[in-house]
Amino acid sequence: MANAVEYNDDVVKKFVIACVFWGVVAFLVGVVLASQLAWPELNLGLSFTNFGRLRPVHTSGAIFAFGGSALFATSFYIVQRTCHTRLFGGEALANFIFWGYQFFIVMAALSYVMGYSQGQEYAEPEWHLDIFLTVVWVCYAVVFIGTIMKREEPHIYVANWFFMAFILTIAVLHLGNNLAMPVSLFTAKSYNVASGVQNAMIQWWYGHNAVGFFLTAGFLGMMYYFIPKAANRPVYSYRISIVHFWSLVFMYIWAGPHHLHWTALPDWTQTLGMAFSVMLWMPSWGGMINGIMTLSGAWDKLRTDPGLRFSVTAVGFYGMATFEGPVMSIRSVNALSHYTDWGIGHVHSGALGWVAFITFGALYYLVPVLWKREGLYSTKLASWHFWIATLGIVFYITSMWVAGIMQGLMWRAYDAFGFLQYSFSESVSAVHPYYVIRMLGGVLFLTGMLIMVYNLIQTVRGPARQSVSPMMAEA
Amino acid sequence: MFIRHETLERNAFLMLVLTLLVISIGGIVEVIPLFTIETTVEHVTGVRPYTPLESRGRDIYVREGCYTCHSQMIRALRDEVERYGHYSIAAESMYDHPFQWGSKRIGPDLARVGGKYSNDWHYAHMANAQSMVPESLMPHYAFLAETPLDLDDLLPRLKAQRAVGVPYTDEELANARADLLTQADPAADNAALLKRYPKAVQVGRGGAEPTELDALVAYLQVLGTMVDFADPANENLRQ
Repeated sequence: MANAVEYNDDVVKKFVIACVFWGVVAFLVGVVLASQLAWPELNLGLSFTNFGRLRPVHTSGAIFAFGGSALFATSFYIVQRTCHTRLFGGEALANFIFWGYQFFIVMAALSYVMGYSQGQEYAEPEWHLDIFLTVVWVCYAVVFIGTIMKREEPHIYVANWFFMAFILTIAVLHLGNNLAMPVSLFTAKSYNVASGVQNAMIQWWYGHNAVGFFLTAGFLGMMYYFIPKAANRPVYSYRISIVHFWSLVFMYIWAGPHHLHWTALPDWTQTLGMAFSVMLWMPSWGGMINGIMTLSGAWDKLRTDPGLRFSVTAVGFYGMATFEGPVMSIRSVNALSHYTDWGIGHVHSGALGWVAFITFGALYYLVPVLWKREGLYSTKLASWHFWIATLGIVFYITSMWVAGIMQGLMWRAYDAFGFLQYSFSESVSAVHPYYVIRMLGGVLFLTGMLIMVYNLIQTVRGPARQSVSPMMAEA
Repeated sequence: MFIRHETLERNAFLMLVLTLLVISIGGIVEVIPLFTIETTVEHVTGVRPYTPLESRGRDIYVREGCYTCHSQMIRALRDEVERYGHYSIAAESMYDHPFQWGSKRIGPDLARVGGKYSNDWHYAHMANAQSMVPESLMPHYAFLAETPLDLDDLLPRLKAQRAVGVPYTDEELANARADLLTQADPAADNAALLKRYPKAVQVGRGGAEPTELDALVAYLQVLGTMVDFADPANENLRQ
């Protein structure tokens, strides 16, 4: 094996640190928001502490800052190993991507609390920042694809198919959804080019595929490297990888309209969106099966490797969320679930269970390797993290199921005389206990995260590894 | 398979082109026809651009992230129509850049909140929502009442909207500032304002200059009121 290649792990390390940092921030803001919904006095009545301005800090923080940094770190790590070559473009470009992306995140968060927003979910940054992000993203594409182009391996590894699809599609979505007319060159305010129903369709084409490509395709790339690596087994089925890759990227794009059922969006578009969302169940489970079955013959490793336990549980949550999603996209189910907390619960079983857990698995694997340590400081602490975080997710999603279904049923309940039985405010009071439980779930998840931070810091501060153990050998 | 997948795995360029092709189809099929099919946005009478004050109020609605808790889209479901009024039609948000249909109801839908409460109710509610609705989870927006409305870039804002398709006439732009001040002063003569913008609701509490809260209340008071669903001309909307 050609081990002479000197990989650029410096940028990977930076993104790992950023990922951990932003994870803490995003989860903390999440807990603050959950508390505000349980006890509205916590909004404090100040412009920059009110729920409406903080909520994008949480969503962007979790998706783009935490998830994004995880994707940059792992994609740069994986592409170099699987191509047997150093990152294309040199140190300076890689560092520009790191600092550029971090600058974007900080500016976006500041702009939200200061009251600059495009008012479209997950696409809140104003036009200056959108343009800047485009520059950073183009550099990312150049570095990643450039590395693939100069690979020393004949084949492009499956993880990289997913990363390429993710980078390419996010670029298309970002440009398509952010076309806007600025008020002036010096004003951070713009008006989207599309309006009303077309704007809605474009926004959810973007919004759902931020889920599909940022939070799914990219993280599947992670799964396809770290699970086989940690389990020391080959990917279960090459054929499934091919079939589920192409069907996933083809079908995801169609699923957006399920966010707009029963609205003023034409029925034909809703029906298309629903049909593809239901079909999407299959490629999603193809990925799940391929990930979980890779453990065939290596299941015992779950007992000893807490990182792998996170990765495999993540794939389990992925399977659950990608079953729940198609169910919720059926129009008659959506009539009940839409606008309620069921949607919030669904998103978090994906975000906490899948995205965060697969990231934790990757981090527990990466930190000892990158900092050349013998192993984790404490597998026991990692185990505590696992169970506390899992309990947190269970609190979160079960309370949101109950709250969401209750809201949906109360809104459509009729009394014996044929009048609506409940006022809206009655449905608000009714969910209060579940909002408290959800907040506790968030606290548990954050606690687990802080345990991981301590564990990783201690790992880095620990002694450097003396010998190259087979598991740590770079391939 | 008709092509060996190995070919793609060995050729990054081919793989990228094919991926781009595959991810483009769904978006093209679902988005483009919405711009070309005539019946996507209904032809109804009554929908007009927002008045300058309403438009500035909408900017504040967007800025404060109201869409994170309130939808503006009444679905075509029996209980929603009974709770909030006639289901929303596409034409009602045709001048909304960006649309604010929302995705979550932590608070109630606002698509037809216009005219449902008095101006005074809104002023009290925005300052302290719990004073009007004890169960409410809404943050306090008292600071909006203390913030003078920035009028410096009023015209560029309206012109930017005209550039993306909101049909403000030259006359409307020329009178933008005057119309705004008229709508924010309950004592002012509003005949010219109403001629340009039917159903515009005068707001304000007699202060020296318009506040951000005045603008927001003006926006809330017009929501869902533009189309008259009892008008026989709009009959064909009934399903």
